[in-house]
Amino acid sequence: MIRDITIGQYYPADSVIHRLDPRTKLVGTLVFIFSLFLFRSFAAYAVATICLAGVIRASKVPFKFMVKGLKSILILLMITVVFNMFLTPGEPLFKIWKLTITQEGVLQAAFMAIRLTYLIIGSSVMTLTTTPNQLTDGMEKGLRPLNKLHVPVHEVAMMMSIALRFIPILLEETDKIMKAQMARGADFENGGLLQKAKSMVPLLVPLFISAFRRASDLAMAMEARGYHGGGGRTKMKPLKYQKRDHMAYLAMMLYLLAMYAAKRITGF
Amino acid sequence: MSIKIEHLNYIYSQGTAYEKQALTDINLELPNGQFTGIIGHTGSGKSTLIQHLNGLVKATSGAIYYNGENIYAEGYSMKELRSRVGLVFQYPEYQLFEVDVFTDVCFGPKNLGLPKDEVEARAYEALRQVGLKEKYYKKSPFELSGGQKRRAAIAGILAMQPEVLILDEPTAGLDPRGRDNILDQIALLHEERGITVVLVSHSMEDIAKYVERIIVMQKGHVRFDDEPRRVFEHYRELEQIGLAAPQVTYVMQELKKRGMQVDTGAMTIEEARASILACMGQVGI
Ligand SMILES: Nc1ncnc2c1ncn2[C@@H]1O[C@H](COP(=O)(O)OP(=O)(O)OP(=O)(O)O)[C@@H](O)[C@H]1O
Ligand SMILES: [Mg+2]
Repeated sequence: MIRDITIGQYYPADSVIHRLDPRTKLVGTLVFIFSLFLFRSFAAYAVATICLAGVIRASKVPFKFMVKGLKSILILLMITVVFNMFLTPGEPLFKIWKLTITQEGVLQAAFMAIRLTYLIIGSSVMTLTTTPNQLTDGMEKGLRPLNKLHVPVHEVAMMMSIALRFIPILLEETDKIMKAQMARGADFENGGLLQKAKSMVPLLVPLFISAFRRASDLAMAMEARGYHGGGGRTKMKPLKYQKRDHMAYLAMMLYLLAMYAAKRITGF
Repeated sequence: MSIKIEHLNYIYSQGTAYEKQALTDINLELPNGQFTGIIGHTGSGKSTLIQHLNGLVKATSGAIYYNGENIYAEGYSMKELRSRVGLVFQYPEYQLFEVDVFTDVCFGPKNLGLPKDEVEARAYEALRQVGLKEKYYKKSPFELSGGQKRRAAIAGILAMQPEVLILDEPTAGLDPRGRDNILDQIALLHEERGITVVLVSHSMEDIAKYVERIIVMQKGHVRFDDEPRRVFEHYRELEQIGLAAPQVTYVMQELKKRGMQVDTGAMTIEEARASILACMGQVGI
């Protein structure tokens, strides 16, 4: 039951997008998001749509996984659309009761909806094709210059990857503990707020104990294998840009150019 | 009065990239009062199967009847089912949480809504039945050793006085003495109270002498389902699926192959000894 919640919902597949360097994907996602806000034009969004569709196609991840993330922001999306529609001043289109829908409002709402939707789908493409570990690896390497400013990049990245690694484990454990307590007649669903809070005790105590035990085991295991921070540590699979990454950066440039051109030429 | 499983299928994480069929078309009947062993290689679906029996996991398809009633029928009380079918999990760490062992054992019966003195009486009885010494009753469950924790966990279920007791690998991580000790206690309970017991295990040797019936699971299917001696006749096939018959079986089979008419179904060393001696007496050595 609880396992159905996926955080860092990596979808294993064998595709070009999966094989790209995580840094490339991080930069690509940022470029995509910036482009959505930079070029406010339907023609440019058409270009974005085509490119996004192409990337999704190439990633071999079923489309339904891409839109899964949208469910969680559906309400936010609707509120944004409604507010923009009614509250943007401009040429009135029609009136419902005291509320006026303006032409500008409709346009604004449409832009916002497209932006939000694409933003979510765009970042889903990244998280679905990159394992959390690759992502932190990518960030660590990408942010390495900050080391000069005495930012502990490696340590932060290590903490992040450990935290990410523990999420599914803890979820699974929560599931097991819930079952073990339900077998003893515990009830996690019914009852008032106080009752519910009380019923969490038999779940949280074993969970915390197991989390602490795991953490201390892990710390011990890391020390036993000589871990002492990032200094002098080499990687088993060092990140290295391949030809396909260079191609991807080229594609990003072309994409930005196309967006710019689309907006300039059509002016719509 | 029994548990009946019909065409049960179970798929983990259905509809995601991690779909995994854990059980395929299981059909079983567990009559009342039977002592059954479920055996299978790791990952064969044993834990998944038994979690269906008290409704913790809902079958993807198929039906389960407890005493003739479909547990998936609308309005069927899962809470009541869970008070009748007690399930002890593989790891005691998952259920111990109270300040002391005694209070922890009280958790189950308290959830049944029993009055306080009844709850405590049951807890005492359960703790006595699993053979946990009185000096541990007021200790924190986290200060106990592995074997003691396991006993406390079993007591936690026993205190609910279930009609069916299911134990998921109750002997994992115990030394041989502790293992025999716990299994003896369970066998005693089965005899004294006549409850139905289902014992999940990795090892034939452990349970062969206790159970009346063995269900062998392989990759989510029921591979064998018979009395122990019949199951052990398939010792070659058992080996192929990563299990083994008790060592006595190998000795007896080998003796038979070499021409001695011994009873290959002998499961304990005593039985084997008697059979071999009888045989030798016959040929007059
Ligand atoms: N929560 C889960 N989500 C997805 N798959 C699972 C989950 N739990 C178990 N599985 C898978 O289902 C199959 C059966 O698992 P199960 O735990 O029932 O095996 P088991 O026979 O009890 O093994 P063991 O002897 O190791 O306890 C395994 O292949 C396992 O990988
Ligand atoms: Mg198991």
